[in-house]
Amino acid sequence: MITINNYVKVKSLEEAFELNQKKANRIVGGMMWLRMSKGRMQTAIDLSELGLDTIEETEEEFKIGCMCTLRRLELHEGLNRYFNQAVKDSVRHIVGTQFRNQATVGGSIFGRFGFSDVLTCLLVLDTYVELYKGGIVPLCEFVNMERDSDILVRLIIKKDGRKAVYLSERMSSTDFPILACAVAVKKGTAYISLGARPMKAELFVSGERVTEENAEVIAAKAAKAVSFSSNMRGSAEYREHLAKVLAKRGLLTLLKGACR
Amino acid sequence: MEIQFVLNGKKTSADAAPGAMLYGLLREKGCYSVKCGCETTNCGLCTVWVDGVPTLSCAMPVARVEGREVTTMEGLQKEAEEFGSFLAAEGAEQCGFCSPGFIMNVLAMVRELDNPSEDEIKEYLSGNLCRCTGYMGQLRAIQKYMKMKKEGV
Amino acid sequence: MKYVNQALPKVDSKALVTGKPVYTDDIAPKDCLVVKVLRSPYAHALIQDIQYDTAMKVPGMVCVLTYKDCPNKRFTMAGQSYPEPSPYDRLILDRRVRFVGDAAAIVAGETEEAVDRAMKMIKVSYEVLEPVLDFRKAKDHSILVHPEDNWKSLCPVGADNQRNLCASETSGDGDLEAAFAKCKYIIEETYHTKANQQAMMETFRTYTYMDTYGRLNVVSSTQVTFHVRRILATALDIPKSKIRVVKPRIGGGFGAKQTVVTEVYPALVTMKTGRAAKIVYTREESMIASSPRHEMEISVRMGADEEGTIKAIDVYTLSNTGAFGEHGPTTVGLSGHKSIPLYGKVEAHRFAYDVVYTNVMSAGAYRGYGATQGIFAVESAVDELAAKMNIDPVVLREKNIVKEGQVMPAYYGETANSCALDRCLVRAKEMIGWDEKYPVQDMGNGKVRSVGAALAMQGSGIAGLDTGSVVIKVNDDGFYSLMIGASDMGTGCDTILAQMAADCLDCEMDNIIVSGVDTDVSPYDCGSYASSTTYVTGMAVVKTCAVLREKITARGAEYLDVAVEEAEFDGKKVTHIPSGKEISLKNIGNRVMCSSNTPLMASEASSSPVSPPPFMVGMAEIELDRETGKVELLDYVAVVDCGTVVNPALARVQVEGGIAQGIGMALYEDIVYNKDGKNFSNSFMQYKIPTRLDVGTVRVEFESSYEPTGPFGAKSIGEIVINTPSPAIANAIYNASRVRLRELPMTSEKIYMGMQENK
Repeated sequence: MITINNYVKVKSLEEAFELNQKKANRIVGGMMWLRMSKGRMQTAIDLSELGLDTIEETEEEFKIGCMCTLRRLELHEGLNRYFNQAVKDSVRHIVGTQFRNQATVGGSIFGRFGFSDVLTCLLVLDTYVELYKGGIVPLCEFVNMERDSDILVRLIIKKDGRKAVYLSERMSSTDFPILACAVAVKKGTAYISLGARPMKAELFVSGERVTEENAEVIAAKAAKAVSFSSNMRGSAEYREHLAKVLAKRGLLTLLKGACR
Repeated sequence: MEIQFVLNGKKTSADAAPGAMLYGLLREKGCYSVKCGCETTNCGLCTVWVDGVPTLSCAMPVARVEGREVTTMEGLQKEAEEFGSFLAAEGAEQCGFCSPGFIMNVLAMVRELDNPSEDEIKEYLSGNLCRCTGYMGQLRAIQKYMKMKKEGV
Repeated sequence: MKYVNQALPKVDSKALVTGKPVYTDDIAPKDCLVVKVLRSPYAHALIQDIQYDTAMKVPGMVCVLTYKDCPNKRFTMAGQSYPEPSPYDRLILDRRVRFVGDAAAIVAGETEEAVDRAMKMIKVSYEVLEPVLDFRKAKDHSILVHPEDNWKSLCPVGADNQRNLCASETSGDGDLEAAFAKCKYIIEETYHTKANQQAMMETFRTYTYMDTYGRLNVVSSTQVTFHVRRILATALDIPKSKIRVVKPRIGGGFGAKQTVVTEVYPALVTMKTGRAAKIVYTREESMIASSPRHEMEISVRMGADEEGTIKAIDVYTLSNTGAFGEHGPTTVGLSGHKSIPLYGKVEAHRFAYDVVYTNVMSAGAYRGYGATQGIFAVESAVDELAAKMNIDPVVLREKNIVKEGQVMPAYYGETANSCALDRCLVRAKEMIGWDEKYPVQDMGNGKVRSVGAALAMQGSGIAGLDTGSVVIKVNDDGFYSLMIGASDMGTGCDTILAQMAADCLDCEMDNIIVSGVDTDVSPYDCGSYASSTTYVTGMAVVKTCAVLREKITARGAEYLDVAVEEAEFDGKKVTHIPSGKEISLKNIGNRVMCSSNTPLMASEASSSPVSPPPFMVGMAEIELDRETGKVELLDYVAVVDCGTVVNPALARVQVEGGIAQGIGMALYEDIVYNKDGKNFSNSFMQYKIPTRLDVGTVRVEFESSYEPTGPFGAKSIGEIVINTPSPAIANAIYNASRVRLRELPMTSEKIYMGMQENK
């Protein structure tokens, strides 16, 4: 368990940013994972009093504060209506209700964890992260950025008309995924994100127009575009197979309009 | 670190280490109903309410409950006993060690969900592990309890 | 019968559901020293040196104890009756560490923070040795897990530490090869079951203190209160009279707490310091240094003749006991003795086994106790045989199952005096709709639904050994104290024994008080394991009540000044039949308290020469995704013959709970080690037990036989219930996919890979 020397509830993002420039200090989200890491933290920087725990819906987008809990994502009507419950489906398997009442979307995304369902899901949407200093960056770029001392303030998901679906395979229903897969389609372009391979999710965007006929081929291409490896939950070979199956299923679900 | 919060309806103050979690503090304050079964946020035994929201006290920094209302089973004795009688009628408290955390989440669920289906009940409570019962008896108890609440019988 | 066969709430239920402080850690004194164990990072090593001077400088540190502080007397932590079949192969702390997580030092301090800090400052120098990690190569390996001279086996179990053997035996009946010669169909396959964690919600924990009389008091979450006293006396090398053990409420055990996992550590600290001391295992410690199920590899050869009569069964089991031999020699026996006897027409059988030491965590007792492993093998083999014969595996079972009245040669020659296995099978078939659903239905969406079946048996206590005794005292106002030494671990024995007593004494349950176990005051009981409490201790209750009734009648007659032959006790009063004169139990109780020369109480013990098996049938319906291999459990039906059901609610929950554990074992529970022997399955994050989303629907019914030697006709229920899911699900998977999985757990990946191979 981590040891914390000092706990500060900051009054402004600027205060948080300043504190966060010290290597020994960390921004804390829900602290679900961070708490279990070994070592010592000089100052825990808590953003919970900055009003960043809400989801704001406008005509163009959803703005999600970094301290918004996974449970709020799960229950937000607008978000789940717009994306056919894909966001809900990506979080509902995460441990349990209480856990999701505490875990934050900022923590999930900033951590860029290999097992992250949320990251896998949001990658196929037109998602941006708003960094305090770095400005607005597409999520697919942020995923590969070096960890730095900036602050993830908000997520922005554009309402760009894409439809999405989220699928995963697990050994038991609230375990980490063996493989996580999100699929979105917009104007014939397929967006396929594969996570828990067990490395962090990566996004594949199809160059050709996706149809029911070529869905399987495109799914295979998406699986081919990323690498897989083995751990306790599954082999690289099985994961690659699951990637093809889930991506194909996701595409067919969207193309057949069989969304809920 | 000095903090003030409301524990089971009473104003309480505590001096806690900066990284302290609520679980340890609650047991120090005599709330022995709060149990720990895993240390990795997987079991649900340490469930309490923070401002009415079911929360894993093992992962809730004490610093974050400043000014908030914390409820443990010690503050819900009557309701716990009422639902508990349904649980006991099924024999589904068994060893009883997971019962407080489980009951806290059941009582949160009946406040949050209106007439939940069997699947919704299972999903809401999936973070509450129980190794004794196989969960069927717990489900029977919940369904009978909700029926009683609805029909008043 | 007023209470027996009634679904009554447990007598302690109100305290449990309202979260009262009744468990070990809740009631421990607040000034207990915090005790922790420093653990070996190596699977096999010799400690060269331990430096802890700097660690002791941490404010609040009280002591660091090493092997130099421990008696050099080997003992076993297995909670078994003396002389234990498990070898004496342990010291509290040893120079040789034998698995990653083995105890290297005991650290005690005023606070957890002090102990945690100090633990990081202790420097242990190890001479790292090569470990034995493959249990298939352990026997006669050049590396010995227990080379020490003072290793000792107390019973003739075939143990030999110079061969890494914890036990070895061959038994049989009939001419095996002659029986196989009559078989047209023979299968021979090998099955592999893994170590599993009991994963009770309350981890191992104990606190100790010295009392007014200078005796060591031990309060522990244990299933074997009296064995703890004996084991601690041996381990600490002090007289048993110097130890008192108390068992409060327990947060589950499932056999885990039939091993004395934590007790020695605070006990040694209290002995050395005179201070109260407490150890509470973290979940991680409970996952890496505990007492899980024995991993077993079981080879089954089985043959049937032209007509489908199973004539011969040959079973060989290789069991992995890990670093120490707790329950090693005994669990393995059940893998054959409680699987082969399910089949009543077998003309000859052989059962042989080896139990080997390796450098992984020691195994222990887990619900099912070897029968679970053996039944997975034999019940899978029966389906394989049926497949070879091209007949319905349930039909094959119907032809061959053991029937009431049959002698069971593989079950120590005992007779099945109560057996409703045939009725269980009929009812389970109806409940699941076997004939409509077998073998498989295509759902038309890439998914298929299939069914699979398995039988199981267990025992009821250990024949001729397990002993339960009971004291019932009549108090003032005539209420009874029921004193038992059996350890209620959530199972409800305090309740069901009171139910039996109430019926035997014709009184209300409220008139009987039951209390937890205290070795200073409770009558002796070997403990709650081996499915013994209802059957063995229950019988002691029945016997004690009978004697007490006579004593009450006699006392009533004495107080009425009438002949005892003419007096009768009806539970409320003693009546002189000819005259109608009567004295109430209340008045008898009160009068016993004044100028009495004999207390009004009775105490009887019970032990049974037989261990009547409960029987059951489990049937699973699964949905299998043919593209991914994913199995979803839809429905599980269980029909159980546990004799008379003493408390239907508690019995049902035993069945449902055992099946859920069995489902986890079947599908994903697995203790995984890396190549160096490090345990990866060290938390509930990495070792997943089923959640309520993972168990489908479990439906339970009882088909009761009447066991003539049992209390009210009862047999056992606690263990048998975990035995059917693994084979039933394996058989369902085969019916869905033609993939025969012979190794647990049966993951989606194994099924998918199997389907690929079949293509």
